[in-house]
Amino acid sequence: MQASPKVNDHRALSAPASTRPLAQDHDMQNREAVFHMHSISKVYQMGEVQVHALRSVELDLYAGELVVFLGPSGSGKSTLLNIMGALDTPTSGEVTFRDHNLTSAPDNELTRFRREHVGFVFQFYNLIPSLTALENVTLVTEIAEHPMPAEEALKRVGLGDRLHHFPAQLSGGEQQRVAIARAIAKRPDVLLCDEPTGALDFSTGKLVLEVLEQINRELGTTVAVITHNASIGGMADRVIRMRSGEIVEVHHNLKKLAPSELEW
Amino acid sequence: MHTLHRKLLRDLLHLRGQVIAVALVVACGVASFVAMRSTYVSLLSSQQNYYRDYRFADVFVQLKRAPEAAASRLADISNVATVQTRVVMDVILDVPGLAEPAVGRLVSIPGRRSPMLNDLFLRRGRWVEPGTDGEVIASEAFTAANKLDLGGSVQAVINGRWKRLTIVGIALSPEYIYEIRGGGSLFPDNRRFGVLWMDREVLGPVFNMDRAFNDVALTTAPGANLDEVIARVDQALATYGGLGAYAREDQLSHSFISDEIAQNRITSNVVPAIFLGVAAFLVHIVLSRLVKTQRMQVAIVKAFGYSNFMVGLHYLQLAMVSVLGGIALGVAVGWYFGLKLTTLYADFYRFPLLEYKISPMILVQAGLITLAAATLGAVGAVRAAVGLPPAEAMRPEPPARYRLGFFERFRAARSLSPATRMIVRNLERRPVRAAVSIFAICCSVSILVIEFGLMDSLNRMMDIQFRNVQREDVMVILNEPRSFRARAELARLPGVLLSEPFRAVPVRLRFEHHSHRSLILGLEKEHQLRRVLDRQLNDVSVPEDGILLGTKLAELLGVKPGQVVTVEVLEGRRPVRNLMVTGMADEILGLSAYMELGSLNRLMSEQAISGSFLKVDGKEEPTLYSLLKRTPGVGAVAIRQAAVDSFNETIRRSLAVSLTTLIVFASIIAVGIVYNGARIALSERANEMASLRILGFTRREIAVLLLGEQAVLTLLAIPFGYLLGYAVCVYLAARLQTELYRLPVYIKLATYLWSFVIVAVSALFSGWLVRRRLDRLDLVSVLKSREQ
Repeated sequence: MQASPKVNDHRALSAPASTRPLAQDHDMQNREAVFHMHSISKVYQMGEVQVHALRSVELDLYAGELVVFLGPSGSGKSTLLNIMGALDTPTSGEVTFRDHNLTSAPDNELTRFRREHVGFVFQFYNLIPSLTALENVTLVTEIAEHPMPAEEALKRVGLGDRLHHFPAQLSGGEQQRVAIARAIAKRPDVLLCDEPTGALDFSTGKLVLEVLEQINRELGTTVAVITHNASIGGMADRVIRMRSGEIVEVHHNLKKLAPSELEW
Repeated sequence: MHTLHRKLLRDLLHLRGQVIAVALVVACGVASFVAMRSTYVSLLSSQQNYYRDYRFADVFVQLKRAPEAAASRLADISNVATVQTRVVMDVILDVPGLAEPAVGRLVSIPGRRSPMLNDLFLRRGRWVEPGTDGEVIASEAFTAANKLDLGGSVQAVINGRWKRLTIVGIALSPEYIYEIRGGGSLFPDNRRFGVLWMDREVLGPVFNMDRAFNDVALTTAPGANLDEVIARVDQALATYGGLGAYAREDQLSHSFISDEIAQNRITSNVVPAIFLGVAAFLVHIVLSRLVKTQRMQVAIVKAFGYSNFMVGLHYLQLAMVSVLGGIALGVAVGWYFGLKLTTLYADFYRFPLLEYKISPMILVQAGLITLAAATLGAVGAVRAAVGLPPAEAMRPEPPARYRLGFFERFRAARSLSPATRMIVRNLERRPVRAAVSIFAICCSVSILVIEFGLMDSLNRMMDIQFRNVQREDVMVILNEPRSFRARAELARLPGVLLSEPFRAVPVRLRFEHHSHRSLILGLEKEHQLRRVLDRQLNDVSVPEDGILLGTKLAELLGVKPGQVVTVEVLEGRRPVRNLMVTGMADEILGLSAYMELGSLNRLMSEQAISGSFLKVDGKEEPTLYSLLKRTPGVGAVAIRQAAVDSFNETIRRSLAVSLTTLIVFASIIAVGIVYNGARIALSERANEMASLRILGFTRREIAVLLLGEQAVLTLLAIPFGYLLGYAVCVYLAARLQTELYRLPVYIKLATYLWSFVIVAVSALFSGWLVRRRLDRLDLVSVLKSREQ
């Protein structure tokens, strides 16, 4: 696992030594790189202004790792996640997921890629209000190839007893756990979480993080979490800090914290 | 420009699809109101002015022959104002370029023009020269259909002799606005029937009517009791072979026009009401949704100090722009269609001037009614906008509450897929909206079913009449009852394969306190060219004793089989007899009674026939026709195929306008409902749909989820539309049950299929429009957006 040789030299050099890209970690080294991002840039045309959301980012993501992206608003972390999730394509550079090239694939292939490989967790849950917890999950398992039973997915997130509740009858944390169950039920290779605790209070947020950690540990799913809560970085294998569209720091946690040990 | 106005413009631009859809529905409502109202008013005022200016009579009567002196006895009847005696005779005409014999109705006019009842409007040419033989004024419809002009001529068989009649004038009469011969014809056949006006001094002597008359028109004093006048007239003319007086409402031309005008009045109320109802509903849902999405903006604007009134007015203005656009379009289209309709009417109904008038009153009414409907639709949404305190409005709306729906309580529903459940629950969550949508689409389906269905029924009516009942090729009517020798002569005419003589006797039937004028048709015991049928089209046998009544006639008399009616014959020696009603026949045209020919002859103490039904060898038709034109004693010839053709021609002409219009109207309702419904669903659930796309649903799959709701509404509405359409057809058929004809309700499968296709295509088109937006859904923004 590593943010490969410098994205941007002067920044990398100016970064503290301890956070400089390391030689590949031993256990990570043997893992398969699922995402490979080479020199990706993203430029948005906002009216007459060009916004450089990403600038020549180089990054690999490995099977089974839990990565936390930290950075202020506008640092490019969401754009990066969107590109990984095939919701967006880079302006230049190349993204591959295993043997899928996500840079040039047509829309229907991107849809299929999302359907087969990616689970999403949003800040605001985005559950279907007209479906119960169980049905929100089955909606996805029905179109997946080798899903786990929807009940099992909900049990995994600790909602085995709330199967038949509608979103409006669940608390925010519970809704977010349903969203996670919905995302993992299809057994995705990668789980992309955009501010999963952003709308939750401290204790509920920790509960949700515990679920994410457990999914990562038990199912071996690669998990990428975007947050601007630096404390969450403690539970990651790797913490990637971004600023102004660039990776400015990659930090390997030698000892991961359990979510319950996190404080903010 | 006021800033709120700028916002208004931008909102309008943003909502343009929905604004246009609402405007189109409004336009349909206004257009139908303006077109139908103005046509109705134009027809009605043209009719009233024409009747007044040309002194259309109040009471009419035909008789055998009365000396002119008898007229004074009529004038003496109290409440009779003016009496006009006339000589009226139907003769056979030979029209240049027409193989078949035509029928000319010769009507006497004074040789010197002077005011008279049923006066002529001389379109072109001049009045007849007094005392000059062979000059006629011809009816406009007849001359137009036969391309005859001033100076042109037709040949007539008058009293067994050929006479050339030269057209010196072309005119119209309030008596023949709808120019049909009567005797079962419903549609004008202007080629084969025409009215020719002749100098009384010339016409009278030819028919042995010198200083005598056989037709009377009279007017009554205002407020006169018509029944009493009619009874007195009948009394006065009984000895002169009076055939029973009747009031204006039973006059053939008048009753057709009045029916048409009455129908116009109903449709000019009902059709616009449907559209404006739909428009009000659309304004309501579109505006409600807008207010919801702009909840935060409302809060901010109010927090800045804008008053509830200003905010309310802002949203009301938004609705009104679309409605005013619709009104403007509707007035223009309505004006055009009104003009078209009136022109079409002028083809069937001959007025001196059928002027299309659109009074400012109608436009004002249309505007006010529409604005009222739209305001009604807008008021709920506007109240919601102004009702929230700013602090509350600034908080996002609480998430929508759903629960297990009614249908899911059933076991079968438990196996439904989540996608189907989403559709079902969304519909159940807003039952009123769903119900109104269904009702509106149902109206759109039923408009088509009604229009096509009435057409089917009309075709069915003609089919029964001309394939099952009237199976003769030609009906020959003698100018007066003749002995059985005529029977043999008719059978011997060239090309005649079968001849079935009949006797037709004018009568008045009485049962208890009811009485009605009718015609007894005497048919031979074995008859196959003119059949008498029941509702299931089975033959009803004509009794050797007793009388068979048409169901409508029996209903009017209140008589049932087994009871005895009194028959007062209005011809010959005018016998009065009591006859047992043996059964009923389900007649479509006219009000007839049937007897066996021999039995009718016994009743009349005679051996006579009135004419014959002929089956003819097609190859011999020209010979037969040319001979019939020359045969003395033949009063009229009716050719079945010509009647069928004139019907088809009438339908074809009137259909061209109404069919396109109704298809467009029905489609606009369907598009308005489905498009707006889908757009609102998209606005409400864009996030939901985008999340699903992110989760790996294809565009097609989310389109099914979103548009499925509208598809379900449309599919649910269709059977209701069928039912409503059928019910309205039944209602209209019952209302159209005049004494002239009865419309059997008969709707073809193709009608249901076409209605389905038209509405389904409109719905699919609307779905496609929304689907394009769905395909452009911004997936990324959903990740960050809060609004559900």
